[in-house]
Amino acid sequence: MLIDFFLSLKRAKVPVTLNEFLTLLEALEKRLVFGSAEDFYYLARLCMVKDETHYDKFDRVFMEYFRGVTDPTAELAGEIPEEWLRKLTERFLSDAEKEQIKAMGGLDKLLETLKKRLAEQKERHQGGSKWIGTGGTSPFGAYGYNPEGIRIGQAESRHKRAVKVWDKREFRDLDDSVELGTRNLKLALRRLRHFAREGAEQELDLPCTIRATANNAGYLDLKMVPERHNKVKVLLFLDVGGSMDPHVEACEQLFSAARSEFKHLEYFYFHNCVYEGVWRDNRRRFDEHLPTLEVIRQYGPDYKLIMVGDAMMGPYEILWPGGSVEHHNQEPGATWLKRLLDHYQHAVWLNPAPQREWKYTRSVATINELMETRMYPLTIDGISQAIQLLNK
Amino acid sequence: MKFAGTDSYIATDDLMLAVNSAMVLGRPLLVKGEPGTGKTMLAEEVARALGKELFQWHIKSTTKAQQGLYEYDAVSRLRDSQLGDPRVHDIANYIVKGKLWEAFESERQAVLLIDEVDKADIEFPNDLLRELDRMEFYVYETQQLVQAKNRPIIIITSNNEKELPDAFLRRCFFHYIRFPDKQTLEQIVNVHYPEIARELMKEALEVFYGVREIPGLKKKPSTSELLDWLKILMAEQIPAEALRLGKKERLIPPLHGALLKNEQDVQLFHPPSRRAGSGY
Repeated sequence: MLIDFFLSLKRAKVPVTLNEFLTLLEALEKRLVFGSAEDFYYLARLCMVKDETHYDKFDRVFMEYFRGVTDPTAELAGEIPEEWLRKLTERFLSDAEKEQIKAMGGLDKLLETLKKRLAEQKERHQGGSKWIGTGGTSPFGAYGYNPEGIRIGQAESRHKRAVKVWDKREFRDLDDSVELGTRNLKLALRRLRHFAREGAEQELDLPCTIRATANNAGYLDLKMVPERHNKVKVLLFLDVGGSMDPHVEACEQLFSAARSEFKHLEYFYFHNCVYEGVWRDNRRRFDEHLPTLEVIRQYGPDYKLIMVGDAMMGPYEILWPGGSVEHHNQEPGATWLKRLLDHYQHAVWLNPAPQREWKYTRSVATINELMETRMYPLTIDGISQAIQLLNK
Repeated sequence: MKFAGTDSYIATDDLMLAVNSAMVLGRPLLVKGEPGTGKTMLAEEVARALGKELFQWHIKSTTKAQQGLYEYDAVSRLRDSQLGDPRVHDIANYIVKGKLWEAFESERQAVLLIDEVDKADIEFPNDLLRELDRMEFYVYETQQLVQAKNRPIIIITSNNEKELPDAFLRRCFFHYIRFPDKQTLEQIVNVHYPEIARELMKEALEVFYGVREIPGLKKKPSTSELLDWLKILMAEQIPAEALRLGKKERLIPPLHGALLKNEQDVQLFHPPSRRAGSGY
């Protein structure tokens, strides 16, 4: 039961496990929901999806899987022999009422409405196949006698309304590749934490104190430890100007998040590709260059290197001496990038340009090759992957 | 017994189903959603509606899972031993019960709120797996197994600051509280301020949704902010026309402090002074 649905969820990369599927079956067995597609949808989502970023995927699978599945009750209603209905109605209707029915479009129309109505009524009673008996009120009594009742049939079918819930796909925005806010960014960056105790001993180390006191025959022996700090060190290289202009906001956010998250953060700017010099202050970029070699010398290999840039430029800017658009470079950008990568084992490149556009520019592939495919898009998901790599 | 919202809490159908399913199957319910959409309120209201006792465990960044079970107060025992207090001979005197223990011990089924589980250390949820699954834990100091007399209804809230481990998620039901649509929001406002003038509410809601839709907003105002704002609008007796005026030109709404909590967000609006020509 529903195994195909479970498998389609798996195929769609919704992280569901057998356990959760069994929970859903248990819930169905306990009759938590019955006879309503909408309720079933909510219940299935409740049991199997554990993160709102997967809601959209779930909605799509649900839509696909249950498309064309109509309410079983609708079929039941179709099985009522029509003559039987007709006979009953005729028997119970007075002449005046028959006149009224005619005015509404004739008996056939009425029967149609009646059947629809029955389907709806069935849902509410949620009985077995004996619905006519257990329903208590004869549906014909309720509708056949009372022409008013027939008009009610316009209400939206329950099934239709339910379809809307997943058809709307309201959680589309929550998919992993959304634009970043600093808050989210900080959280993504936060995973790059290395706690270590260093420096002055300021905290009482309770377990150690207890142990030492016990060893000391019950006389207090206080033990102190240094506070925990985030020890990770980060070098941030940011591409500025030119094709990076549309991405300023994303980079700003990344920068501000990184600044508040890492105590040891050094940042430098470059244009398009790194060469022999980088700079700290964009206003003085032409007269205050810091030699890249100096950076390498000053910041040890324990720093983690994060390059941020769209990597979209002419191929000669990377591969040829003198290729830079701003100055004459003795050595090609590739050499400089290599030098950085040799020094910093932990390095990634974050690219703010959408990943689907990467393939249209050759330089992106070139840089990615130089980076040994450690290029990630500047999205939450991309950053998470990059951070994972940096943590290795 | 079923939860169907209360006179002061409007629950949508899917939320009710989530709460009821969690109750029937005895699973913890993990609730996420924008800040201010009533996640914490949910536990309080469930407890109130069903007449159950509520235990609240508010999580901080320094909270350890162990603290929810029990704590061994070593320092007071140490002090007592140095002072020669006879209490010192029984270690049970120094076991301080945590919220989870209290909820387990409750004679009647209780509601336990674990608030903002994402604030704690990344390993925190993993340390509670067995406790939430089997509803029991072991006290090493006194060699005692604490088992829940009645499985409490556990409601866990998260603000999405950290990803929760899969093993933990598998044991929970998950519900994401969507930001309410206009109709639901109107109901919510009505429940809180029944005497609010229709006109004012209509205008205020329009301004409110207008503010939420402005691109680039760092922190979108949510239900609780709307309620606060309406409260001071009513207290200050701001007429509905005042709200209508500024809508087109994206003037900053009156008493915006209740809605916008970020300086940069305020900058997105035109200050009224500029329009009057006396601005800077």
